[in-house]
Amino acid sequence: MADIKKITVFSTTTCAYCPMVKKWLDQKGLTYDYIQLDKDPSRQEEMIQKSGQMAVPVTIVEKDDGMEAVVVGFNPGQLASAVA
Amino acid sequence: MKVEYYGADWCSDCRAVKHFFKTYGITPTTEKDASDETVKNEMLKRNGGINAIPTLIINNETILIEPTHQELAAALGVTMSDDKLKKHDVVMVGAGPASLSAAIYTTREDIDTVVLEKGVVGGLAAVTDSVENYPGFPEGVGGLELAGLLEKQATRFGAKINLGEVQGIERKGENIHLKTTDGEYQARAVLIATGSDYKRAGVKGEDELYGRGVHYCATCDGALYRDKHLAVIGGGDSAAQESLFLSKFATVDVYIRKDHWRAQDVLVHKVEANDKIKVHFNTEITEIIGEGFKVKEVKVHNNKTKKDSTEQADGVFVFVGLSPNTGFLNGALELDEQGLIKTNENLETSMKGVFCAGDVRSGATMQIASAVGEGATAALKIREYLED
Repeated sequence: MADIKKITVFSTTTCAYCPMVKKWLDQKGLTYDYIQLDKDPSRQEEMIQKSGQMAVPVTIVEKDDGMEAVVVGFNPGQLASAVA
Repeated sequence: MKVEYYGADWCSDCRAVKHFFKTYGITPTTEKDASDETVKNEMLKRNGGINAIPTLIINNETILIEPTHQELAAALGVTMSDDKLKKHDVVMVGAGPASLSAAIYTTREDIDTVVLEKGVVGGLAAVTDSVENYPGFPEGVGGLELAGLLEKQATRFGAKINLGEVQGIERKGENIHLKTTDGEYQARAVLIATGSDYKRAGVKGEDELYGRGVHYCATCDGALYRDKHLAVIGGGDSAAQESLFLSKFATVDVYIRKDHWRAQDVLVHKVEANDKIKVHFNTEITEIIGEGFKVKEVKVHNNKTKKDSTEQADGVFVFVGLSPNTGFLNGALELDEQGLIKTNENLETSMKGVFCAGDVRSGATMQIASAVGEGATAALKIREYLED
């Protein structure tokens, strides 16, 4: 398995599921960029293009080999396989 | 082996260590309460001046401060088995207001309690923008804030909240076995408080455009529609409350099938006074139409004038009622005709030792205050059951 290059979490400040993703990544000791789209709307289009939809949280895991996993929502099972 | 323990009642890590002791049959040689100033000073002298509990001193030489289960096992010469650690007095399913309240009561009675959550701690309450009818908060309280407070209070007395989804429940002998994504749990008693989720409206295009402009959580996704135009389906408390939240970002059309609201007057008055919200009675959305990743417009039918029209909408938020989260039970418990879990006067379900509280219980009123009350009642009934 390739190493993780970068993890980006797209969120909104009022979303309750977004901190759950944060908590989950923290528990695994992973670092990530946490983008709050209501404060930083310029990143919104990027989130829509990458995930093909408009709901948060969206977690994007980029690997060294160029592979990218996209997880929509707080889904521990999918997050686990994305960071494996 | 000499095991000296310094801890306190209010410390959740201390409870975890005590649970470990209980699981592996270890009796500490001494157990001291570090909330006592003299004891605390004695502990500081012995552990290198670190003001943290639990502190354990083994055979006068090994000092463990806030140890993990692995560190404990190594120091005490115990072979750990995951199965053993997953045996508890009570496992609660769903970390919403009902379970968190019940957990405050059980942990204060020293009943070893684990709460399992698959989504968000606080449940549906956590994704509600503002809660205006929960007693004790005269100005209202943010749903996420209330969830945080309940979590803090439950964990303060030692409740442990684990992330995991329950996939099956079965009684085997004296214990109840729960199959989860995080392995198998065993408990002497179980509280089911899985609550409810927003229902789908059953409109054409709704499933295809889910997440692509069709949403069920305003606090999650509302902020993505700044300066846009939104449609809301529903005429109850949630529809009114969440329309008010959405109006902070966008203009809102609310479509209500009936000729009146069935929301609390205080919310209806707020909606009426809000010039960014327009309410359409006797009106149903018959189709949601998208383009690419986004919703573009909605087809609307007025059931009084029988007229059809097409209205612009950049997104549709659906709040048409609640559906109970009981899918994981696979028929293990008796349900009523609405799919809610039946209980007796002790809040016990058709399976011995399995209790139920909150939105998912037959007869529930879908109020946070009721869920909290039922949680407290269930905890006391569980205590009685465990004592028998």
